[in-house]
Amino acid sequence: MTPVHTEPLQVTPPAEVAEVHFDDDMEKRIREILKRYPTKQAAVLPLLWMCQERWGWTSPGIMNAVAERLELAPAFVEGVVTFYTMYQTEPPGKYLLQVCTTLSCQLCGTSGLVDHLKERLGIDFGETTRDGRFTLLDVQCLGACGEAPIIQVNNDYYTELTPEKLDQLLDELV
Amino acid sequence: MEPILLRARGETNSRSISTYLRLGGYGALKKAFIMDPAAIREEVKNSGLRGRGGAGFPAGVKWGFVPQDSPKPKYLICNADESEPGTFKDREIIHVDPHMLIEGIIIASYAISANTAYIYIRGEFVEEARILEQAIAEAYKKKYLGKNILTTGYDLDLYVHRGAGAYICGEETALIESIEGKRGLPRLKPPFPAVVGVFGCPTVVNNVETLACVPHIIERGAAWFASIGRPRNTGPKLFCVSGHVNRPGVYELPLGVTFREIIEEHCGGMRDGKALKAFIPGGSSAPVLPADKVDTAADFDAVAEAGSMLGSGGLIVMDETVDMVWALENLLTFYAHESCGQCTPCREGSDWALDVVRRIRRGHGRPEDIETLQRIARYASQGMTICPLGDAFCGPITSFLNHFGHEFEAYIEAATPAPRKKLPILPVRSGRGTFGL
Repeated sequence: MTPVHTEPLQVTPPAEVAEVHFDDDMEKRIREILKRYPTKQAAVLPLLWMCQERWGWTSPGIMNAVAERLELAPAFVEGVVTFYTMYQTEPPGKYLLQVCTTLSCQLCGTSGLVDHLKERLGIDFGETTRDGRFTLLDVQCLGACGEAPIIQVNNDYYTELTPEKLDQLLDELV
Repeated sequence: MEPILLRARGETNSRSISTYLRLGGYGALKKAFIMDPAAIREEVKNSGLRGRGGAGFPAGVKWGFVPQDSPKPKYLICNADESEPGTFKDREIIHVDPHMLIEGIIIASYAISANTAYIYIRGEFVEEARILEQAIAEAYKKKYLGKNILTTGYDLDLYVHRGAGAYICGEETALIESIEGKRGLPRLKPPFPAVVGVFGCPTVVNNVETLACVPHIIERGAAWFASIGRPRNTGPKLFCVSGHVNRPGVYELPLGVTFREIIEEHCGGMRDGKALKAFIPGGSSAPVLPADKVDTAADFDAVAEAGSMLGSGGLIVMDETVDMVWALENLLTFYAHESCGQCTPCREGSDWALDVVRRIRRGHGRPEDIETLQRIARYASQGMTICPLGDAFCGPITSFLNHFGHEFEAYIEAATPAPRKKLPILPVRSGRGTFGL
């Protein structure tokens, strides 16, 4: 297994992202992003990514700030956020365990991993452990089927997993 | 066959521009710049290169649809959304040789007179997006990108645009909507993107593997490319093999190799010595084929003749232990989750079909269920929806029933009727959950 190299997410509590402002560094990045496209609207996805990296999730306050900066309706931005699966609209745990549940992974033993995860963590899909360390999600094909079964932890892929390797991985994610 | 697209596999630092240059990289670009853009389009057309994203449409012909007299700016988009279950070849190209892709993008952009290009990459590929950003920065430094490339007077800017988790954005018009900052809802065609694409301008969308072939065609000629594979199915192809084989992975082989050769010779045969039951030849949307079709040649036309499609080249192999009702339920879960919700037949049909198959597998199937599934497949495919996602989930339904209908019947015969509720149970979006019956 690839050595564990995943950084925990820095998740900002809801009260602190009820209203957000872009600092100078973020403004600089926004201007760079806007240069790439002929319309402001095209910057929606890149800006949302930037915000999620900064604050750990995508709160209504963040959606409002993005909408205001790009001169769009907040409802439009919310529509975009909720269409895509990767913008987290609830604060997640420090580690997002995204288990691929599509065919190739299932053929190679995903259900064993899922049972193991649910039992060890005591949570179901869509839930977060009480200590805020792990959030468990079922996701569709991650596009690395040759190395099935796969779990994406935050930004990183962990491949060819077995329950033993998984235990080792979970132990190291602190 | 000598490796072409994966020639740098195994090289140390294969991703760096210095390795790429050492292997002769960016030579095709220099050659392309002394050619007329029309001549490049002609060369690619003559090579017979067919799009590697799934549809198999001739790439040179697609480029030819761009109105060259249009005063609007033109755009090239590289489709690196790679979301079709069973497909993982574009990721391999990006990991092994990102500069080959970038060189292909520059040549293609020059051929259609585009000055801006985007790589649309799926959101989950964070590492791959980083690899591309780094390679692009190297290419800018060496003046292969930017203003006045190699003092030719041609300008091109290339940007990575990350998706955020939506299978549908691999469909080219949904992808365009997504770049424009919207929900990824496919557009009605015509107009085709070549005429009205991103930001209302002429746009070509090509798959990663298609673009990676381009430098080789320019460097070694259309005739050389066409000599690989079979007539109308030319060139090397990356096959991604997953499921029950000993050595799953990405294999570069000429089009026309048989599925038996792929499974037995290249992938080391079936895992645990089990017998082959079925295989999906081109990503999950391709109709499933039973084991007796394993001698079919893996090219666009032969697979179509066998009743499926080569699609993206994602070969999913299933052995004798696989319950086909379970497998169809798994695939339908995917499509019900990924339907964008725009067209009623697809949005409702995918959910209802999943509901019915799930009911069958839980032992509550009804005699009329198979007919119901067939009816859904009829109503949601073949032009009943804006984009091919309707066909993508109906193909599996029809083919699973055609080839493995007896397994569905066996479940239904053994079923215990579920208590009928007074009100119909509306399908619930899958994802978080299931609903019991």
